Amino acid sequence: MKYIDPFRNGAVARKIARKIAVEADPHRDYYLMEFCGGHTHAISRYGIPGMLPGNIHMIHGPGCPVCVLPVGRLENMIQLAQTPGCIVCSYGDMLRVPTAQGDSLLKQKARGADVRMIYSAADALQIAQQNPQRQVVFLAIGFETTTPPTAVVIKQAQVLGLTNFTVFCNHVLTPSAISHILQSPEIRELGLVQLDGFIGPAHVSTIIGSKPYAYFAEEFQKPVVIAGFEPLDVMQAILMLIRQLNTGRAEVENEFTRAVLPDGNLKAQRLVAEVFELRRSFEWRGLGVVPYSALRIKSRFAAFDAEQRFALPVLSLTDHKACECGAILRGVKHPRDCSIFGTACTPDNPLGSCMVSSEGACAAYYRYGRFREHNNDDTAKIH
Amino acid sequence: MQKTDKRKPVYTRKLDFRHGRVEMMHGSGGRAMTQLVDQLFIAAFDNEYLRQMNDQACFPVGNGRMVMSTDCHVVTPLFFPGGDIGSLSVHGTVNDVVMSGARPLYLSAGFILEEGLSLAVLKRIVESMAAAAQAIPVPVITGDTKVVEQGSGDGIFITTTGIGRVPEGVHISSERAKPGDKILVSGTIGDHGIAILLAREDFSFYGTLESDTAALHDLVAAMVQTASDIHVLRDPTRGGIAAALNEIAYQSGIGMLLHENRIPVKEQVSAACEFLGFDPLYVANEGKLIAICAPQDADRLLDVMRTHPLGQDATIIGDVIEDSHCFVQMETRLGGKRVVDWLSGDQLPRIC
Repeated sequence: MKYIDPFRNGAVARKIARKIAVEADPHRDYYLMEFCGGHTHAISRYGIPGMLPGNIHMIHGPGCPVCVLPVGRLENMIQLAQTPGCIVCSYGDMLRVPTAQGDSLLKQKARGADVRMIYSAADALQIAQQNPQRQVVFLAIGFETTTPPTAVVIKQAQVLGLTNFTVFCNHVLTPSAISHILQSPEIRELGLVQLDGFIGPAHVSTIIGSKPYAYFAEEFQKPVVIAGFEPLDVMQAILMLIRQLNTGRAEVENEFTRAVLPDGNLKAQRLVAEVFELRRSFEWRGLGVVPYSALRIKSRFAAFDAEQRFALPVLSLTDHKACECGAILRGVKHPRDCSIFGTACTPDNPLGSCMVSSEGACAAYYRYGRFREHNNDDTAKIH
Repeated sequence: MQKTDKRKPVYTRKLDFRHGRVEMMHGSGGRAMTQLVDQLFIAAFDNEYLRQMNDQACFPVGNGRMVMSTDCHVVTPLFFPGGDIGSLSVHGTVNDVVMSGARPLYLSAGFILEEGLSLAVLKRIVESMAAAAQAIPVPVITGDTKVVEQGSGDGIFITTTGIGRVPEGVHISSERAKPGDKILVSGTIGDHGIAILLAREDFSFYGTLESDTAALHDLVAAMVQTASDIHVLRDPTRGGIAAALNEIAYQSGIGMLLHENRIPVKEQVSAACEFLGFDPLYVANEGKLIAICAPQDADRLLDVMRTHPLGQDATIIGDVIEDSHCFVQMETRLGGKRVVDWLSGDQLPRIC
């Protein structure tokens, strides 16, 4: 495939792997967090950990849209799905996320609720136009990448004068989540968790640009390298982080120059600012309440805000008690530290949100990573 | 009803295949049903067994081991580039039968029709099915039709059952993969699943990709003739080659090591998967097979597969290894390694 294959080239990957092996200091460990689920997915899918020296540890961050949605908001979605005459639409993975009781939108669908999987926000708008007698709610989730398309459909709905279309807005912001992780006592004060640097988001950064990360580099003295979602992007970013750490630098570097500008996509930013405003605080699964970390629909678009139309209550509910997703999302624990990982909680029957999406730390590790331990404790021989 | 028959038909007006639709009476056991069976099904599938017009087909049984397989076919849209639900319902079952190394002998067909389905569409499907069966050839010797109310079906569901005979000395079974064996695939993967996806109207992009739906009886016959001790054959339909290989690994109690750069994938399939966040390993095929054989048979088998039109892109994609965990592992094209796990639920598009 043009434009993609060059970023998956095995020979180049081995070259970068050799450079990493040569340049990584064998007398220390490197703990690098990839914030985005897209990177988690790429790292797992291409088997990147197996190409790195043992002292480089990749920590999966909370950048997986369905993983960070708190159970209370999920319960709101289930309430909407149960509302007579209501059609709820969302992206695929969202439908499988379980509540503490094991309910999900997909299970609601099996019980008769009208739940539709869509591929874009525009699909939801189209469903509303096709079903003028029904209330259609778009369950909007995601980071800065998915926010502009939601803004577009809200504006289009206003132009079309639709009275049966609303958006349940759960859009969250990357920079606030990163600072929250860095400010957590486990990292900042107690030093329980070592975190040396970040691989910065790919698609999110095309929207917000590289400037918003300057604060972390400066304030927390942690290097950030913005990288694309292809495997060579990730490996190159790891090499760049190691070079920064070896020379004591903490800068924002951009590996993904083919798509990310310092200021990002100004048109998209203006669109988002027109439709949305900051929430004072928002609950994240795993991270708890994070100030100024999410968006809500501005009052001039209130007619399209599901929270207002359906007077949705604010619910603060707890996760399944054995679930360690919270600690895993903060980088404090590894999926294999969770007592129900791979036993009670599997991709077929997820109990925690990190086991749902292939971008979730647990699901990625379950699907792609287990063989590493397995190969160490067993002898899988090739004849 | 045969042309030499002097009896008057029980119905007087011909079925209107241009404007007519399936109605509840077409499944209720009366004249309308008999007419549909006569003028559509018998006319299309015509053979000596069907002409017996009994509730069952009576056929002779030869020596040796028989195999039987049944498959239900539901697909949206009913017609897609490269095939339709009719041809698919023949290929699907015939392929399941021949994965034992058997020669297919007979088919049965059960139709669940939704009230309101246009008779023209039904005719097109039945004729395509008849043509697919004729091409093999394998006769459809018995069948059944039911009609369900509008809203209770998806136009048409077809269930076919196939019977075949296994040649002497052939023993192909999913528990026979052994460490050291080679894993072969007959061609590019994921063509069917992506072609179906592109044919669906709710996708705003399209391509010229065709489904690979095809009957593999001839390819299998050639393979069995060349290397009679093929250990495993499997057609990787739903869940793609990932599902098929995991099933075999589990049933044989072995592990596998695949090489991503040897697995053939069409550019269009890769591109569509890239857009949607799918993995071609999990996308359905309807005209491909996986073969597992002893290493000394692999090259010979590969040669004979490549000389057949349905196996031109055949390649060895990996090895069977010892592994009590029954993991299917893959060396990625990057040079790393990962597990190719069972599919959980449906493949879902990534969010961002």
